Formats: sequence, structure tokens, C-alpha cells
Amino acid sequence: MTDTPQIATFPIYMDNSATTRCDPRVVDKMVPYFGEIYGNAASRNHAYGWAAESAVDEARSQVAQLIGAHPKEIIWTSGSTEANNLAIKGVAEMYSKKGRHLITCVTEHKAVIDPMKHLEQQGYEVTWLEVDGAGRIDLGQLAAAIRDDTLLVSLMFANNETGTAHPVAEIGKLCKERGVLFHTDATQAPGKLPIDVEAQDIDLLSLSAHKFYGPKGVGALYVRRKNPRVRLAPILDGGGHERGMRSGTLAVPGIVGMGEAARIAREEFDQEVARMTALRDRLENGIRKALPDSVINGDVEHRMPHLSNISFPYVEGESLIMGIKDVAVSSGSACTSASLEPSYVLKSLGLGDELAHSSIRFSLGRFNTEAEVDYVVDLVVKEVTRLREMSPLWEMVQEGIDLSQVKWTVH
Amino acid sequence: MAYSDKVLDHYNHPRNVGALDKDAQDVGTGVVGAPECGDVMKLQIKVDEESGRIVDAKFKTYGCGSAIASSSLATEWLKGATVDEALAIQNTSIVEELSLPPVKIHCSVLAEDAIKAAIADYRSKRGAAGQSATAAQAPAAAGDGTAS
Repeated sequence: MTDTPQIATFPIYMDNSATTRCDPRVVDKMVPYFGEIYGNAASRNHAYGWAAESAVDEARSQVAQLIGAHPKEIIWTSGSTEANNLAIKGVAEMYSKKGRHLITCVTEHKAVIDPMKHLEQQGYEVTWLEVDGAGRIDLGQLAAAIRDDTLLVSLMFANNETGTAHPVAEIGKLCKERGVLFHTDATQAPGKLPIDVEAQDIDLLSLSAHKFYGPKGVGALYVRRKNPRVRLAPILDGGGHERGMRSGTLAVPGIVGMGEAARIAREEFDQEVARMTALRDRLENGIRKALPDSVINGDVEHRMPHLSNISFPYVEGESLIMGIKDVAVSSGSACTSASLEPSYVLKSLGLGDELAHSSIRFSLGRFNTEAEVDYVVDLVVKEVTRLREMSPLWEMVQEGIDLSQVKWTVH
Repeated sequence: MAYSDKVLDHYNHPRNVGALDKDAQDVGTGVVGAPECGDVMKLQIKVDEESGRIVDAKFKTYGCGSAIASSSLATEWLKGATVDEALAIQNTSIVEELSLPPVKIHCSVLAEDAIKAAIADYRSKRGAAGQSATAAQAPAAAGDGTAS
């Protein structure tokens, strides 16, 4: 604690579940594709096109290897939002004669929830699974929800707010047994959790490059080719790129970057997970030691190694973020929006609004250091203590008042 | 979200954080808001009975930076004001002084509510004291009156 921490940049970035910095190796690999290698990957008649196509093929292999797929099963998209839309709407439209029922969960990202709601408006039926206090689904409930006319189960690999990992392999096995397609939004998972579309029986899987040190604006959808062969109605019609599932000239520099990011995520997986886990534990232990009543949200047994969502009772999240402005993090409180609604994900875990309003998501990344974690622990402890001195709720609790029994003037 | 310099100043150096004795007859306490809404303000005033002026004001706030700043500013304005002047403080003045954006106007409303609640509490204590004096002890009071 006595040595001066070597911290290069303020604010310290701990919002890696929002986005990551491009790895310098990724940037280096992309640069030529903004310059001399500028061909259209769909140009079959000349060397410019061949060079671009060969770069795209290499990236396709890298992304396929990251998830245990065949390169031909990778469809490039603009990111996870598009991949999720394509998977959900594409399956619903393609198989609408077979059935009109889909299953998902209340803690999904908006990029899954909103396409599902869109389908509901079009006459499809969606079952919304609830979660327990740790954000876990009940496999029995999932099994009971599957019907003869169920087309698709869409459940995320790991949650972006809490880090809770769903039992993907069990879900995949169940879906396979019941003959239902399984889509998983794996946006948060690369480099954090092992992904294997074969072992985990996944039929469709969404990825986004910028969540694992690749560039923004590029992603992919894995679409299973065999056992079963999954077909999708495209959202974008046009030149018939990507096996007709996603027309549009390929964004070659971004794709090259995503390929390199996938290679690094796969090759450095073990050391990265070990490092993230150590940093995350250091952060949580440091905070919990000084503030024992802070609450770690989500499933501490089954979760991603880099993310910690912590509620600081009696302190409001936005004011805490303001106090710890030397660190870039996310709050579970959406007080900045007119609705004043706290996070729907935390609420669905059964967290009281007050705890949801008091939560901060720390998501660590490849470029964080121990010195940064130590600095952040000290800062958070200091600021939570200061804000508690200012908090009427903390004062009431010190006086032995049960906050749940207080009659508040709800406004 | 960008905060104004005045909000930041109040947030970083809040004025008059603390508590007054809520059972004291010359102290009025207002607690408004709710934890599930993301803000709770407790505002207290101490009134000099003779002059009717607020001689001290304290607050504690659970809420965003704008809520903390609104209540901190309110205590500054309350100190030295008469109760009637305090009642005239409007949320729009707080919005103006702190340059609050539209999504934060509710913070100023809450501060105004807290001021009014604290004054109402003070007045009800005074009223209760006065009422008990006039209602329960009316004959005695009348007797005192004639005696003096």
C-alpha cells in the first residue's frame, strides 16, 4: 500500500462490459485494410477482391475456432444487436408454418427482448422465464415451457449486468432432445467463459467484436449447418452475401480485426481468465473488508470472471458514480433518464428498488492492473463512507429503524 | 451527464450536513421522497421563537448529486430567513441557481417539499403546544389572564 500506484490514465476504465479498448495487435492487423488492401471481398475477378476475400476467410476461421464451429457457419453482421435480430426474427419468419411460440427470459439484453416483443405484436407467442435471486433460470420451468409449436429458445450465455452465466450446455441438451432451436446471445462471453457450439448444443450464437478487444461495428451470428441445418429468413435483402442471410458489402477492416481479437481471446483464454479472476477477487475482497454490508449481486458460483455488480446500501448509485469519477463504471440506477427506473435486470432478481438504485457494475479488462484495483477500492470505500454520513437512510438504520416499515412519501 | 459547477461544488462541499434534535420544540423536521424512487431528503430547521427566524438548518440526502446539491442550497437559503420567507422559496429558484437540466427538476421539487414539510412539522409542534394550552387548559389560561 505504501508504493505509489502506476496508473497511466484517469479515469480508470472499469466498464469493459460496455465496450473494450481495441487490442493494439488488433489495430495493427486492421490498418492495411483501410489502405492498400481495399478490395471488395465479393469481387471475384481480380487480385484486390481476392486479397480481401482471403483476409475475410482467415477471420472467419478465427471466429469459428473461438466457438468450436465450422467457418461456413459464421455470418458477419454489424454487431450483436443485428445478430440477435437476425436469429430471432429470421427463425420466426422461416419456420412460422411450423409454430409461432418462442421462449426467452426477462433478464435478456434489450436486443433480444425487443425483437421478441416485436414478434408478439405480429401474433407470435413468447414465454418469458423468470429468474431466481441470483439471476438463474429454472431448467424445469424451461422444460415445462417447451411446446410442440415452440420454434426457438433464446437465452443469453452470461448476463451483461450481473455476470451470471446460464447453464448453456444443459439448456442446449434440453432443446436438442425436444427438437427446438437454441439461440444464445454470447456477447459478453468470449475470453471469459468457454464456448463450444458442439459440446453445448448451440444452434445460433451472437457475437460482437468490441466486447473482446475488437473494433466496434462488427459482429457475427453462428448458424448451425448440420444436425439440424438452421435456415433463416434474411432481414436485409440485396446482393446475397453471407449465404443469402445477410446482404451487404463486408466491412473488411472490422472483420479482420474481429478475427484477430478472436484469435487472441482463444489463445490467451486461460491466463486471461486467471488474471481477471484474481483482479475481480481483489476488488471484491477489498471492498467487502471495509464495507461488509455491501452486496454482490448475481450468481457468485456461476459467473464471468471479470464482472462484479455490487450494491452499496443507503447510498444512491448515481451520486456514488459522481463521487468516484476517477473510475469509469456503470450504475444500476437509471436516474439520468426521465423514468427514474432502476435496472430491470436487478429488479427481476428480486432486488428492492433501493438496492438496485445503489448498485455499481465494475467490469474489468485486459488492460487493468492491480494498482488500479487498489486505487479503486480505496476510492469507493472513502466515497461510500462520505455519502453514508450524508444519508438519512444510513442515519435511520444506525438509530435502529427498519426502513421497510417507514411510510415514505412516494412521489 | 454533465453537472453544473454549482452542483459539483455543493456535491463536493455540501453545506450544513447533519442533524438537529428532532424532538426539540423549536426544530421542524421534513422527510420527503422514498428509497425506491432513488431519493430521500431530510431537512431540519431550528427557529428562534422571538424573531420567527430560522437560525439553523441541516440536511441529509440519499439521492443523486443534484438532489444533494438542491438540499444543500436550500439549507443555505433557509438560514436567517423568516418562516414566511422560507415558505416562499420555490423549486424554480433552485433550478435556476443550480442550472438543473429538465430530468433533474424533480430534485428541486423535492427540496421545496422538504422545506414545506419541515415548516409544517415545526408549526404543528407549536400549534399542538398552543392548542393544548388553549384547549385543555383554557380555564386556567383564562384565569391566568385575569390574574395578570
